[in-house]
Amino acid sequence: MKDRTLGIAQYRSHYLGTQPEYLHAPYASSVARAPQHAPVRIPQTLSEVTGPASAGQDTTRACDLTLASGGGEAQGQRIIVSGRVLDENARPVRNTLLEIWQANAAGRYLHRFDQHDAPLDPNFTGVGHTLTDDEGRYRFITIRPGSYPWGNHYNAWRPAHIHLSLFGPCVATRLVTQMYFPGDPMLEYDPIFNCTADPIARRNLISNLDWETTIPQQAIGYRFDIILRGRDATPMETNHR
Amino acid sequence: MSLRATTWQTVGPFFRIGLERLYTWDIAGENVHGERVAVQGRVIDGAGSPVSDAILEIWQANAAGKYDHPDDPQDKPLEPGFRGFGRIPTDDEGRFRFTTIKPGPVLGPGGIDQSSHLVVNVLMRGLLRGLVTRAYFPDQPQLATDPILQLVDSARRETLILKPAPESVDLFHWDIRLQGNDETVFFEF
Repeated sequence: MKDRTLGIAQYRSHYLGTQPEYLHAPYASSVARAPQHAPVRIPQTLSEVTGPASAGQDTTRACDLTLASGGGEAQGQRIIVSGRVLDENARPVRNTLLEIWQANAAGRYLHRFDQHDAPLDPNFTGVGHTLTDDEGRYRFITIRPGSYPWGNHYNAWRPAHIHLSLFGPCVATRLVTQMYFPGDPMLEYDPIFNCTADPIARRNLISNLDWETTIPQQAIGYRFDIILRGRDATPMETNHR
Repeated sequence: MSLRATTWQTVGPFFRIGLERLYTWDIAGENVHGERVAVQGRVIDGAGSPVSDAILEIWQANAAGKYDHPDDPQDKPLEPGFRGFGRIPTDDEGRFRFTTIKPGPVLGPGGIDQSSHLVVNVLMRGLLRGLVTRAYFPDQPQLATDPILQLVDSARRETLILKPAPESVDLFHWDIRLQGNDETVFFEF
């Protein structure tokens, strides 16, 4: 579908159940913060199909979180998190900003509101950012974050996760998500991970052990591909579906 | 081939460490042409409490109504120093404030101009996806015919319009209310 006035491309709609509803009662914080009105459906205009594509020509990278503070090495299991950022048409999303943040190996964030009684690591800030390359690839070296308790329900523990934020080409492609680890027993009990109805969509939030990027004697590789909304097929492409 | 877009997850309570690098309170930059304005307000939850851990991301056109983006086909001038992106956190009382220039009208569906507006993406703990809204400048000739505002129930349109502050001609107030009688209108597209 195109806006015929301007000939601007339109982005695909989400498949049913593959994105969370705003209200998900098991996630207690959503109750007072999820709007009660349904969002108003609008056409994609120039305001939605443009956006801070590179968030301002920022070309710096901070891909190695284990050495971030310049002093000693961070404590914990060294891991490599890498993958590709693609759109729904399987095309690489190039030169897009990817920001990550996470808890340290003990499950504590370097944040003034994190009061979890676990040690801070002076050599770990838990923050990184990078730009995807021409194939949409990204790569971070970090440590495996710990699980941490939170107040959502009795004896609640978040599964280990890394937060990721991406812009993609426009406002319509903005994505903030969390990457999880395979085999984490806390996943089953986590209302945030389980907020999305579609089981495949949930499964896609779990990274895979990746021998290809695992470095012997050094770091375990986890692969996590990220898919951003893609443009709707043009009529010509429709014929090939 | 068609893949499915990755599922959103909340930014959680500790996003500051990851996102503060791009905090920007002056969206336009010093040398950019246009009418200087400031916007301030609060983010308020369903219990009437200020949201002290929200983040606003602003996207806007320049004074001519042109976005700094290759997919904007409008034949309008674009200054090299203009980006139009800002990321602003709320403070401990749920307040935010930023400065920018007033954007010009942007061509919209049906060839009808969209009135001067900011696109605002709201992120916070408790929101499993970002909430996208718009902040329109008041007293604009295009407001009455804006093709997006036309799609909003007239009783709720006011939540999308900045209020001129009595204390200053270039200051606007705008609160974002997540629930309640004057819940802000949010969009999907």
